[in-house]
Amino acid sequence: MSIRLQNIAKHFGTSRALEPVNLDIRDGELIGLLGPSGSGKTTLLRIIAGLEAADREPAGRILFGDRDVTNLHVRDRRIGFVFQHYALFRHMTVFDNVAFGLTVMPRKSRPTSGEIRARVHRLLEMVKLEQLANRYPAQLSGGQQQRVSLARALALRPEVLLLDEPFGALDAKVRQELRRWLRHLHDELNFTSVFVTHDQEEALELSDRVVVMSNGRIEQIDTPDTLYRAPTNRFVFEFLGDVNHLEGSVRDGVLTCGDARLAVDLADGAEELLLRPHEVELREAATPNAHMPVTVTAISPVGAEVRVELEADWLGEPWLATVRHADYERLGLTRGMRLFAVPRRWHRFPDELSTTKPKELESA
Amino acid sequence: MQRIGDAPRVRRLLVFLALAFSALFLLLPLVAIFAQAFTQGVGVFWANVSNEYTVAAIGLTLFIALLTIPVCLVFGVALAWLVTRFNFPGRRILQTLIDIPFAVSPVVAGLIYLLLYGRTGWLGSWLDGYDIQLMFAWPGILMVTIFVTCPFVARELIPLMQAQGSREEEAAVTLGAPGWTVFRRVTLPNIRWALLYGVILTNARAVGEFGAVSVVSGAIRGQTNTLPLHLEQLYQDYNTVGAFASASLLAFIALLTLVAKASLEWRAARREVHA
Repeated sequence: MSIRLQNIAKHFGTSRALEPVNLDIRDGELIGLLGPSGSGKTTLLRIIAGLEAADREPAGRILFGDRDVTNLHVRDRRIGFVFQHYALFRHMTVFDNVAFGLTVMPRKSRPTSGEIRARVHRLLEMVKLEQLANRYPAQLSGGQQQRVSLARALALRPEVLLLDEPFGALDAKVRQELRRWLRHLHDELNFTSVFVTHDQEEALELSDRVVVMSNGRIEQIDTPDTLYRAPTNRFVFEFLGDVNHLEGSVRDGVLTCGDARLAVDLADGAEELLLRPHEVELREAATPNAHMPVTVTAISPVGAEVRVELEADWLGEPWLATVRHADYERLGLTRGMRLFAVPRRWHRFPDELSTTKPKELESA
Repeated sequence: MQRIGDAPRVRRLLVFLALAFSALFLLLPLVAIFAQAFTQGVGVFWANVSNEYTVAAIGLTLFIALLTIPVCLVFGVALAWLVTRFNFPGRRILQTLIDIPFAVSPVVAGLIYLLLYGRTGWLGSWLDGYDIQLMFAWPGILMVTIFVTCPFVARELIPLMQAQGSREEEAAVTLGAPGWTVFRRVTLPNIRWALLYGVILTNARAVGEFGAVSVVSGAIRGQTNTLPLHLEQLYQDYNTVGAFASASLLAFIALLTLVAKASLEWRAARREVHA
């Protein structure tokens, strides 16, 4: 079922949690709401669910398909909601938790107890927890609890599934597994899902499209691929991954920063360039276009790449570079080694320089 | 290496002090009450307990407690619900107001009620026009008893409900449960032990209340005398055995309360181990 938000805003008292927001979610999409804490992503999710009411002024609308649900109570919106800390009914067994939604249906439409039992067992089978049907939530691990809460939310076969930081409280490995499993479930059962996360990796890996938010505003809505390669503004760029800063002044096509020099194709004046860690190449000698001496201060081989921390007199904050294991061995990287950094490419968001970093601009 | 508090001499001294204090100030008086009540044998004890006025006092005391508990229960749950689940202007003030009955001396509470609802009081004189008398009758006793006991249930529930949060209730609502079902199947099971505990405390206080009741009851033997008031009268009449017989009844109710409380705590602890 498609979800359409029109002009949805929210104030808590006098503080604004959401600026008027518009969002179109297509039927069957898996959407990630990504942003730092306080960006309004959870508020937006709770408004979609009906757990929070949007401001009356300006009047916004929420549509599920053709159905206007703006003034519909949560219990009539027929959504599945998965809470960050599971919110399982602690005095009920796993079975009773999953069956809850079915047992509270009005007597007329309620399935028989036999049907309920069959359906709950099917759901528990789906989340691979049939063995634990008679356990209490406190006897389960975090990952198991989250699977129970998913089964509970899916028991009423909702067409919209909303998840509030569903994997936030789990350890890295379980998280990875549950992510893959949710993706699989989503494709199989074909509901529309919206999930909230502050983890950019999770958002990029799981979503069809990502909604990046900050300060109650939507900054960008795009596919993970587009988002990463073509961020519309500096916030999105910085939030989606590690960033190295290079500040200096350009003169005659050369950016100078202390004893570092980089040939750039820019007009004269103060500039700030941004680089991703994988866009920094390490070499034993400077190139004609780039003379940027650095010292290796830390090396950590993490997964497929080696993360190298770099420092230099001309750098305010240390840089981070990721190099392939092959290059790491070829260069024979050790701590304290002196090398040259060569940017493969860089990014700049000149319009926002003045708004995001006013202080540096004054001193520059 | 020694852990903190492991010094044997200090530990023994502290244990001794705690035990001596408990025996001297708590256990001995309790034993003394029963001993005094039975000094002239079981027959005299029974004669005093089955005395017409004593029986009436017991009846009135239980009657008041029986009416007080449901009122405090409903009031306490509603108040705790309101304070922990909603945000509204005046929420903090309300939380402070709950404590007034604890802060105010019961005698003062009784006097205030007398002033308001007595025959010459502001509301009392108006009610008197309709021939309704609240003070010096059981309704007055009930009113002040409710006043002094109303914080117990709410005070037990508020911290618990605050700690539990409203996520489970929200989950129930997203699953389509109507409000009453949410309360009955999610909220109530989570607070039941605290609720029972609150009721036990309410009962103990309702049965034992002296100060506030003594001001508004008028202490008419056989009519508006509760057990604590009756006890006081017997003592003033130099009927020591009678006084202690009544006292032993009150002590017995107190002991029952303690046993009920202990078993509840034991069950709650056992549940935690199992859960």
